[in-house]
Amino acid sequence: MTAVSVQGVRKVFNAGRNDEVVALSDVDLTVESGQFVSLIGPSGCGKSTLLRLIADLTAPTAGSVTVAGKPARRARLDQEYGIAFQQAGLFDWRTVRRNVELPLELRKIPRQRRRERADEMLALVGLSDFAAHYPAQLSGGMQQRVAIARALAVHPKLLLMDEPFGALDEMTRERLQAELLAVCAKTETSTVFVTHSIPEAVFLSDLVVVMSARPGRITDVIPVDLGPRTEATRQSAGFFTAVTKVRKALRGTPTAVTADT
Amino acid sequence: MRKVLGALAAVLLGIVAWESYKAVGDPDGTVVAGVRILPRSDDAAMPHVLDVVRRLARPELAGGRPVWQVLVDACLFTLGITTVGFLVGALVGLLLAVLMQRFRVAERGLLPWVVLSQTVPLVALAPLVAGWGGRIWPAWMSVSMIAAYLAFFPVAVGMLRGLQSPSPAGVELMRSYAAGWWRTLLKLRLPAATPYLFPALRLAGAAAVVGAVVGEISTGTRGGIGRLVIEYSREATTDPAKVYTAMLGAALLGLVVAGAVAALEFPLTRHRRKVLLP
Ligand SMILES: Nc1ncnc2c1ncn2[C@@H]1O[C@H](COP(=O)(O)OP(=O)(O)OP(=O)(O)O)[C@@H](O)[C@H]1O
Ligand SMILES: [Mg+2]
Repeated sequence: MTAVSVQGVRKVFNAGRNDEVVALSDVDLTVESGQFVSLIGPSGCGKSTLLRLIADLTAPTAGSVTVAGKPARRARLDQEYGIAFQQAGLFDWRTVRRNVELPLELRKIPRQRRRERADEMLALVGLSDFAAHYPAQLSGGMQQRVAIARALAVHPKLLLMDEPFGALDEMTRERLQAELLAVCAKTETSTVFVTHSIPEAVFLSDLVVVMSARPGRITDVIPVDLGPRTEATRQSAGFFTAVTKVRKALRGTPTAVTADT
Repeated sequence: MRKVLGALAAVLLGIVAWESYKAVGDPDGTVVAGVRILPRSDDAAMPHVLDVVRRLARPELAGGRPVWQVLVDACLFTLGITTVGFLVGALVGLLLAVLMQRFRVAERGLLPWVVLSQTVPLVALAPLVAGWGGRIWPAWMSVSMIAAYLAFFPVAVGMLRGLQSPSPAGVELMRSYAAGWWRTLLKLRLPAATPYLFPALRLAGAAAVVGAVVGEISTGTRGGIGRLVIEYSREATTDPAKVYTAMLGAALLGLVVAGAVAALEFPLTRHRRKVLLP
């Protein structure tokens, strides 16, 4: 079964005005169930827009978006996905724990279960000691981790993440990448993940989708087959080959990989 | 504790300023080219603070109850009116704000009227309200309505800004949770609006006191502090200290209302106290 299917999507902002922007044009994308797909491309190429289309937070100008076999709107109303935005977007009057509980609250999950789940997620992102703090008392990276915990808390079938690790240090980032993969594997989550980091995209993904700007298009889809990821994967030859492949695709050169890489 | 000391210091400073002006100022006021630029400081215009306090203890009229008792009674009467007016006003303001947030059209259609409503002179309005309501409800309720009329405005305007304050990201997050308008209101907009709500409520409290006092005067309602201000000021020439006791009462009323709003605010703004205060 396909988790996400985007067909012939075009998105134009401010159509007909002099500040018209063609954010996406002719975008086709399929995410199979359980697949991890990364979107990578220069700033402004429409990655966030594509994610927001899948989440039905904005409507396509043309084309169709299907999530879990339903129209995107239906899928949103059925709360088929969890989402983490580029900005943490925490509610500053709620403690860290209550922020993570928010989506559970809206799903009417009983208080006790809610609390357990939130604590479990906070432990995962290494913030157990800050459960009773308020967001303003946290650093930017810590806030981002709370947002990740909040997105994971509902155990969604589809996870949409927009540069979630952007504000993190390298060590935390690598640890959370591994944790994320473990969670996704355990719960058979499909993931659409926006990133600017080529190694991150390669390490996490089954499929790296390379985009280019003006108008935003998908220029390349690169399958990455490195088997189950471990720390050793980051040093493997296959990893570097894939990184080079993605880098070349981003530069717009043909994706043929030569032996010297 | 610090706040209490600060308030006491402020009162003390006021008394010192009053008495020192009285000591150095010209008893007939300072007049430059026919324009009085400083007020008169004789005992009729500015009685000694101590005289005002002493006056509180003496009977209102020969053989009557002491002034302070009369004042406390009047304050309680007006406090009742103010409270009803404040609550009604705050509720109406809140509902208007929610309505204006919900419907763009309502905002465009209502907001000008809300602003316009406050430009109607209160003295012109008060007899009208008393006239309309006089047959249906007791006179004090008309005064409450006048207080509410003044109180709803800051709440409506402040609350509207508060409800519109959440970032688009917050609104989108709620949308991603398939939360409808009502749940977005409860979980996002209302909590986000509290920093705007309480300053607005404080203004509304002050406005309700003014509305109640002026309303009492212009509708001729007896028993409240507004009536006392009028009655006592008739004796301004013979008993100036008495006028100031009435004003003291009105000020006290304002303080009580402000205190009540602050007490309401306290439990609801825990996160801000915890985060912003060192
Ligand atoms: N609400 C909007 N109104 C008008 N234009 C928009 C809007 N949102 C995005 N755009 C435009 O669409 C284009 C793609 O934006 P988008 O946010 O999807 O880029 P992105 O790939 O996520 O960039 P970044 O990597 O910097 O986050 C940009 O040119 C942007 O100006
Ligand atoms: Mg983006």
